[in-house]
Amino acid sequence: MKLSKEEIEHLAWLARLELNEEQAGRLAGQISRILDYVEQMNQLDTSDVPPTFHTLPELSNVFRDDIPDRSLSREKALQSAPARHQGYILVPKVRGGEPQ
Amino acid sequence: MKLWELTAHQLAAAICRGETSAAEATEAYLERIQAVEGQIEAYLTITADLAREQARQVDARLSRGEQVGPLAGVPMALKDILCTEGVRTTAASRMLENFVPPYDATATARLRASGAVLLGKTNLDEFAMGSSVENSAYKQTYNPWDTSRVPGGSSGGSAAAVAAGEAAFSLGTETGGSIRHPASFCGIVGLKPTYGLVSRYGLVHFASSLDQIGPMTRDVRDCALVLQAIAGHDPLDSTTYQGQLPDYLAGLEEGVEGLRLGVAREYFGEGLDPRVGEAVRRAIGDLERQGAVVEEVSLPHSPYALAVYYTINPSEASSNLARYDGIGYGHRTAEATDLEELYRRSRSEGFGDEVIRRIMIGTYALSSGYYDAYYLKAQKVRTLIKRDFDQAFSQYDAIIGPVTPTVAFRVGEMEDPLAMYLSDIYLAPVNLAGIPAVSVPCGFVDGLPVGLQIIGPALSEARLLRIARAYERSHDYVRLPQLEVKDNG
Repeated sequence: MKLSKEEIEHLAWLARLELNEEQAGRLAGQISRILDYVEQMNQLDTSDVPPTFHTLPELSNVFRDDIPDRSLSREKALQSAPARHQGYILVPKVRGGEPQ
Repeated sequence: MKLWELTAHQLAAAICRGETSAAEATEAYLERIQAVEGQIEAYLTITADLAREQARQVDARLSRGEQVGPLAGVPMALKDILCTEGVRTTAASRMLENFVPPYDATATARLRASGAVLLGKTNLDEFAMGSSVENSAYKQTYNPWDTSRVPGGSSGGSAAAVAAGEAAFSLGTETGGSIRHPASFCGIVGLKPTYGLVSRYGLVHFASSLDQIGPMTRDVRDCALVLQAIAGHDPLDSTTYQGQLPDYLAGLEEGVEGLRLGVAREYFGEGLDPRVGEAVRRAIGDLERQGAVVEEVSLPHSPYALAVYYTINPSEASSNLARYDGIGYGHRTAEATDLEELYRRSRSEGFGDEVIRRIMIGTYALSSGYYDAYYLKAQKVRTLIKRDFDQAFSQYDAIIGPVTPTVAFRVGEMEDPLAMYLSDIYLAPVNLAGIPAVSVPCGFVDGLPVGLQIIGPALSEARLLRIARAYERSHDYVRLPQLEVKDNG
C-alpha cells in the first residue's frame, strides 16, 4: 500500500493537522511501510471470528443511577484554558477569516 | 545501608517502627536525586516542597499515634501521564507543557491515601508512544546500568528512577508493554495488571481498550504492596472490575511446587538475542528445580500480534487525541484567524513526530472504506490471539518467556519507527488479550539486565507474583547499579 501525497494531505485534513512539504513526504514513506507490515493480518481467515473490542466479556453495558455527584467548580474547570474571558473560553471566529 | 537503598516495604516498616522518619527518608531521596539526576534525567518535574509537606504530615500522624497507610512515608515517583492535582502533568508533550490538572487520577489519590510521598513526575515517550523515551518532547532519560543506553519505554523515567535509587517505587502505564519493557531494560520488577483491575480515571488516554496502570518496583513484595494500594473498582472508570480481590501479599512465599508452566515456543524464535534466550532458559530451569512442571506451549497467532497492535493502537489514539484542540486546555497556537486554522496549527505545533504518525495511521485505518479492512480485521485477529491464551491456560497456570528480544540498546541506535515497534513482540499479545504479566530480573548480558516474563490468565496477579517471588528469592542479583555520585559538599 503506497500512499500518495494527496492521500497524506487528505488524512492530515481529516485529523486536523497541518504538515509541511518535508513532513508529508517522510510520513508517506513511513506510513506506507507500516501499513504493509500490518496487512499480514490478511493471511488469516477471520470470516467466522467475532471481533474483541474489549477483553472483559462480563462487562457489556455498565449502568448507574443518574444522581448528581461532586463536580469541578467553574473556576477549576476553566483554569487550564489557554484564553479566558469572564468565566468563558475565548475562541476565534467560527466563520470568516477576520481575526477576532 | 542508606535509606534510599531500602525497598519500599523495608522503608515503610522502618518508618512505622520509628527507626527513621518520613522526613528523613524524603531528604535522603532528595539528596540522592541531587547527586545522580544529572546522569539519569529521570524526572520532568521534582516536587521537593510537596514531598517535604507530605512527609511532615505522615510524621505528625505517627507522633500522635494515629493509624497510617501501608506506604506511609515512602517516597515515590509517578509517570507524568497520571494526573496529579496541582502538579503539572505533561505526558512529555509540548501539547500539555502548562497543564496543571484540577484533580488527581484515582491511582494517584489511592497512593496519597496510603501515605506515599510524591517526589516528582517521570519522563516518558510523548503520550506513552515509544520504547526508548527518545520520543519525549523534553529530554532523554538514560539507563542507570549504562548511561549511553536507553532505559526502555515508554515508562522509562519511572524505571530509571527506581533502578537509580531516585524513588522507592513508581507507577508506570502500559498500552503495549510500556511497563515490562523498561522494567526489563533497567533490572526492576514491573507488573501489567489485568485490563480493568486498576482504574484509568485521570490517566491521559492513549488507546482505551488497552491502557492499564501498574507498579514498577525494586522487588516482588513491593510490587504486591503497591498493587494492593491501587487495585479495585472505581465508579469513575466503568471498565473497572467489580469483584472481590485477593490479598496480594498473603501467598507470596508459597513457591511454585506443582504449578504448571508453559514455555511460549514462539517467543524463542528468530530475532531473540541467544544470550537473552539463555538467561531466560536458565531462569526457567531454576523454577523447574523448585518443583514447577515445565513444558513447551504454542501460541500460534502471536506472530500477528504486532500487526494487530499497530492497527488498534493508532486507531484508538487518533480518536482519543482528537480532544487536543487548543480550546479547553493544552497548547494553543499564537497565530490563527479562524477556528479550523486554530485546530490545525495548535495540534501540529503541540504534537511530536511519533504522535502525528500514529494519528495519521489511525485516521487512515478508521476512515470510510478502510474500517473493515484494518480496524475490524484487527479486532477479529485479536480474538484469535486471545483464544491462543485461553487454550494455553486450560493446561497451564502461567506462560513464561523473555520480555524483550535484546537488552537495552544505545540512544539513537533505532532510527526506523517500524524496527522500534518490533521490540514489543513478546509484549503486545498480553495487552491485546487483556491479561496480566510481570517482568522480573533474571540476570545480565554484557552488564545489562535481562527480564523473565510470567504471563497469566485474567485476575491471576497473586499467582504471577508468587512465581516471580519464587524465582527472585533464589537469586541474589545486584539490585542497584553503581553510579558515580556528584559531591555537592
